[in-house]
Amino acid sequence: MANAVDLTTTFDSYVAAENRVEPKQWMPEKYRKTLVRQISQHAHSEIVGMLPEANWITRAPSLRAKLILIAKVQDEGGHGLYLYSAAETLGTSRETMVGDLLSGKAKYSSIFNYPSLTWADIGVIGWLVDGAAIANQVMLCRTSYGPYSRAMVRICKEESFHQRQGYEIVMKLARGTSDQKAMVQDALNRWWWPSIMMFGPTDDNSPNSEQSMKWRIKRKSNDQLRQEFIDKTVVHAEFLDLSIPDEDLKWDESKQSYDYGEIDWDEFYRVIQGDGPCNRQRLIARNKAHDEGRWVREAATAFAAKQAARKLANQAS
Amino acid sequence: MTFQMKWDTCDDLTNYVLQLGDDALVLGHRLSEWCGHGPILEQDIALSNISLDLIGLARQYYQYAAELIGGDMTEDHIAYLRDVGDFHNHSMMEQPNGHWGDTLVRQCLYDVFHQDYLSALTRSSDQRLAAIAVKALKEVNYHVQFSGEWLIRLGDGTQESHDKVQNSLQGLMTYSAEFFQASKADAWALTQGVGPDVAALKPGWDSRMDALISQATLSRPAADAAIWQGKEGSHGEFLALLLSEMQSLPRSYPDATW
Amino acid sequence: MSDTSNWPLWEVFVRSKNGLAHKHAGSLHAPDADMALKNARDVYTRRSEGVSLWVVPSEAITASSPDEKDLLFTPADDKVYRHPTFYDIPDEVGHM
Repeated sequence: MANAVDLTTTFDSYVAAENRVEPKQWMPEKYRKTLVRQISQHAHSEIVGMLPEANWITRAPSLRAKLILIAKVQDEGGHGLYLYSAAETLGTSRETMVGDLLSGKAKYSSIFNYPSLTWADIGVIGWLVDGAAIANQVMLCRTSYGPYSRAMVRICKEESFHQRQGYEIVMKLARGTSDQKAMVQDALNRWWWPSIMMFGPTDDNSPNSEQSMKWRIKRKSNDQLRQEFIDKTVVHAEFLDLSIPDEDLKWDESKQSYDYGEIDWDEFYRVIQGDGPCNRQRLIARNKAHDEGRWVREAATAFAAKQAARKLANQAS
Repeated sequence: MTFQMKWDTCDDLTNYVLQLGDDALVLGHRLSEWCGHGPILEQDIALSNISLDLIGLARQYYQYAAELIGGDMTEDHIAYLRDVGDFHNHSMMEQPNGHWGDTLVRQCLYDVFHQDYLSALTRSSDQRLAAIAVKALKEVNYHVQFSGEWLIRLGDGTQESHDKVQNSLQGLMTYSAEFFQASKADAWALTQGVGPDVAALKPGWDSRMDALISQATLSRPAADAAIWQGKEGSHGEFLALLLSEMQSLPRSYPDATW
Repeated sequence: MSDTSNWPLWEVFVRSKNGLAHKHAGSLHAPDADMALKNARDVYTRRSEGVSLWVVPSEAITASSPDEKDLLFTPADDKVYRHPTFYDIPDEVGHM
């Protein structure tokens, strides 16, 4: 008879050998809990992330840009859906997860608590925020939990247009009128630091990371991903003569990568705790949509029940 | 994007094409306002699809109109630099979204008409319009199913949804009269075989809507005497607000391209 | 929050234009089959990936247990004679 320790050891070796874990398979409770938290947070981030971008749909300055932005925001809704579905295979429900989001109990990526102030923000969000998300997501395509990794593969395929859409806008503005250039530099100034904070605390301040790495829930460390992102993105900015708002940013020849300045961790924790510029506003918006939609959902449930009853009655007669 | 354009000097075909584009753009824009705020995540995505279809359709009409006008004219000049009085959409399109029921009732009333209209347009003597209509019909066939199902689902759902949607119908039915009143552009299009006889579409629409309304356990409001002239460029207060938001960037930065 | 708790979970299967079989694409919640199908179309075929969609209530699916992998699937592993590549057909005979 296998005891818990044996099962965990077997599980650890199973995962270390790059095998996929599937629903209904035995898994350590901590593995399951960590995944539920991580996947649902990821899903919430997609849903809340729709808001700062949807904010500019009605003001998109060309028909093509309007279409592309709607499609992008729609994709994000879809990604949230894939992820909620993946989390549900672990024994939680959409109701519970959404309830936790709306009550403020659940976390989501704090980047979405910043406001989208100009059209340039839409470009910069696609370039930096989606860029950072992609770095994380590509890594997760090989995560150990099957439904999560499959959702990530699907998301990655769709995500690549998101960053290009953003950078295309940034390019147009950087090469445009002096007003447009100023607009995009200002947006970059505001979104740079929050974007690199997206990768989370430094490695020595991430206590859960080691276990997550062992279980392949995480495959690269926060600092590793952050460094790769910075190295890639500086090139994009230099190409357009945009300056990164970091005086300490400097190429290190021996490391073949960029040194960068101190992140303001006070700001990071403040925003995560709920005191960022848009936290309240985002939750109010999500709660409003949910509350005002209650009668619609109830109607759909009632109608489905009536249809089912009619079908039964028809079959009986 | 600064230039002077006298929109009232467009020829008849251009005016007709612009009228078609305006419906698609204004309604598509209204639907896009729901993005991120829908009652159910899956429906957010569904309604966004319809918005994309309509804005895509608007682009096709506007691109055609831009070619007809010639010179440096583009779809974006047409969408972003015309004033309220130059827009020739049906008054129904610019009505605010309200709640989900209002939006889906507006959609259903229009979709049933739009489907019949496009079917007729596939036989247009204008090849370009006929081709646009053939493609659009594939999408609109889906729109009709979608909005029709929602009308029924809400009408025959709970007492609350029934009452809400009956109210929506009460408020929006009046605008449907304009569908069947020929505008100047409609009248011209009919004489050229370019567009359908809109008055002739009414009996078909009436019977289809009656069937849907009945299946939704709702009652059809009585016709009223209000006259709506959105297609002649005469609008209520809503369109100006919609356009001032939609057009704000290009108008604030006239020298910029986006 | 109980207004959608009765909405069953549906599994979505999509067969693409050149595909031979339906592939599992994911899942969604819907109160009835019509909405499930429409939602599946809106969520899973936005990039024209499909020509055929199946939505199946998740509870209708009986899945093999991952723990029974060995029991169910190992016996097939060593019966290589079931695979065409096991056989050596001379080229002169043509494609077989």
